[in-house]
Amino acid sequence: MSWPREISGCGLAGIISRKRELIPGEEIVTSIVHQKERGNQLGAGFAGYGIYPQFPDYYALHIMYDGPYVREDTEEYIKGRFVVEHFEGIPTRRVPSIMDRPIFYRYFVVPVELPGEEISPDDYVMAAVMEINEKIDGAFVISSGKNMGAFKGVGGPEEIAEFFRIDEYEAHQWIAHTRFPTNTPGWWGGAHPFTLLDWAVVHNGEISSYGINKRYLEMFGYKCTLMTDTEVVAYLVDLLVRRHRLPLRLAADVLAAPFWKDIDRMGSRENGLFTALRMVYGSALLNGPFAVLVAWNGGMMGLNDRIKLRPLVAAIDGDRVYMASEESAIRAVCPHPTRVWAPKAGDPVIVPFDDARDAWEVKGCQSL
Amino acid sequence: MSEPLIIDAQGLYYRDLNQIIRDKVKEGVTHFRLLNVNGQRYIGAGITDDILIEVYGVAGQDLGIFMNGPTIEVFGNAQDCVGNTMQGRKIVVHGMAGDVCGYGMRGGKLHILRDVGYRVGIHMKTYREMVPVIIVGGRAGDFFGEYMAGGIMVLLNLWNDDSRSTVGDYLATGMHGGVIYIRGDVDPYIMGKEVGQVEVTHEDRTLLKGLLEEYCKDFSSYSLDLHGILQVPFTKLVPVSARPYGKVYAY
Repeated sequence: MSWPREISGCGLAGIISRKRELIPGEEIVTSIVHQKERGNQLGAGFAGYGIYPQFPDYYALHIMYDGPYVREDTEEYIKGRFVVEHFEGIPTRRVPSIMDRPIFYRYFVVPVELPGEEISPDDYVMAAVMEINEKIDGAFVISSGKNMGAFKGVGGPEEIAEFFRIDEYEAHQWIAHTRFPTNTPGWWGGAHPFTLLDWAVVHNGEISSYGINKRYLEMFGYKCTLMTDTEVVAYLVDLLVRRHRLPLRLAADVLAAPFWKDIDRMGSRENGLFTALRMVYGSALLNGPFAVLVAWNGGMMGLNDRIKLRPLVAAIDGDRVYMASEESAIRAVCPHPTRVWAPKAGDPVIVPFDDARDAWEVKGCQSL
Repeated sequence: MSEPLIIDAQGLYYRDLNQIIRDKVKEGVTHFRLLNVNGQRYIGAGITDDILIEVYGVAGQDLGIFMNGPTIEVFGNAQDCVGNTMQGRKIVVHGMAGDVCGYGMRGGKLHILRDVGYRVGIHMKTYREMVPVIIVGGRAGDFFGEYMAGGIMVLLNLWNDDSRSTVGDYLATGMHGGVIYIRGDVDPYIMGKEVGQVEVTHEDRTLLKGLLEEYCKDFSSYSLDLHGILQVPFTKLVPVSARPYGKVYAY
């Protein structure tokens, strides 16, 4: 017996303006739709940064509801923990092919009172996100960062863009995804990006170490509820960089750790560092094929697995840096970049915003 | 060569583009010039007629997959899987190419001007008179010639003068047939356990000269200096066993 089978992989796209110029939503839509062949209409999504300049200091909670009752329950929960400066339905358009859709709301919030010395506002928000996702049946927080938001669902990238009216937003940076679900269900929460606070991750590949990573993250209060491997990447970055304060470059070296055989050849200082990283963070190693884009309020990072089992191409044109699964997706919005290259396996491409360079620029990284 | 049939591929879906090419081949067209190509897949797929396809822009995945008859010349870069399971003739890329070029290639030639990605030439093979050839002008990523079963791969590193390695790690891992020539030295550390370095003979030099003459001619607009290219000694790699995993799978 045989049946038609489309062989493909997910597609990624990212665009950043290092000077924080505003990039119209159409651009990222064009870039990701150019790669729609890599997906199968079962998931797509976007994350934009700098999209809420009217509420830059409020956590923007994008929440997905199965229905109106769960929304009431969730809003009770939110009101008990946050000051809600503003809330509204996330504007959507009717898209004929999207029949069965959840309800989307966004809330611009700050914690009700300074939560005390033991817990930072970020940790407070993280705990609320985990609690809503785990305990309120039918409610999922899609994103929870300041001045950013994720928009995702079941459909092709052009349908999800139309549905969430991505063309009406402008952002300093965008990442986007078109999905070809392989091991896990194609449902609204399982579309990319996966987020926590202002981290957002889009991913092509599969994280074979998901079970190890998930159990490791549980020790630090992260609950994996979205039934897709990529979720662990967002939480691992949050754990390593925000909570454990590893430089981003070293966090990348944890996720895509050098092989022991290469560590053995390093000089004693490096050898000590990488041996320690692998021993301390062995359970945070991402095994399996991946290309990911990680975005946050400080910039964007592209990272491949250690033997480049998924494609990633980067390009520069003036102030803009582009990354995508295919070069053509970059050229669809930037026909003549000054430089195009294929990043090396396991070697992150880190692109900070100009005003965040002190915090995020990394020496020894792939130069821009 | 006849006047080309010019097709503007701007915004054209890959299936439509390839259908037009196949229909026109049936009508007797032998020379195509595709303008504004940007990522369209499978160009030249499975075509057995002797035609010339010029691609202006970025060629998409699986350029020339299963092809036997055409010659394809890309004026720009090519994405992944160029010449996948290609049977014959030639693909010339005036730029860089992505991962997995020449995957399972079983005949014909792949001439790439600049760098290539990972796993280039994976499991290419020879059958009787069919000897596939891949020549890369730039550098290559890891797993160059992985599981190579036959054919010839040449890596030149013509465009860089920094000290970075010409080729990535796991070079020719699992190789059990064919030959790889790399211009300059190769650190034995990156070689797969299944290959050994052997001396370049007079016959090798004659072979290389012939292959590179054709390569330089394909890229004549870059005035490559054949003599200069050949002056740097090559590293020659061949498999140490025709069945490197025989013991692993035998029981």
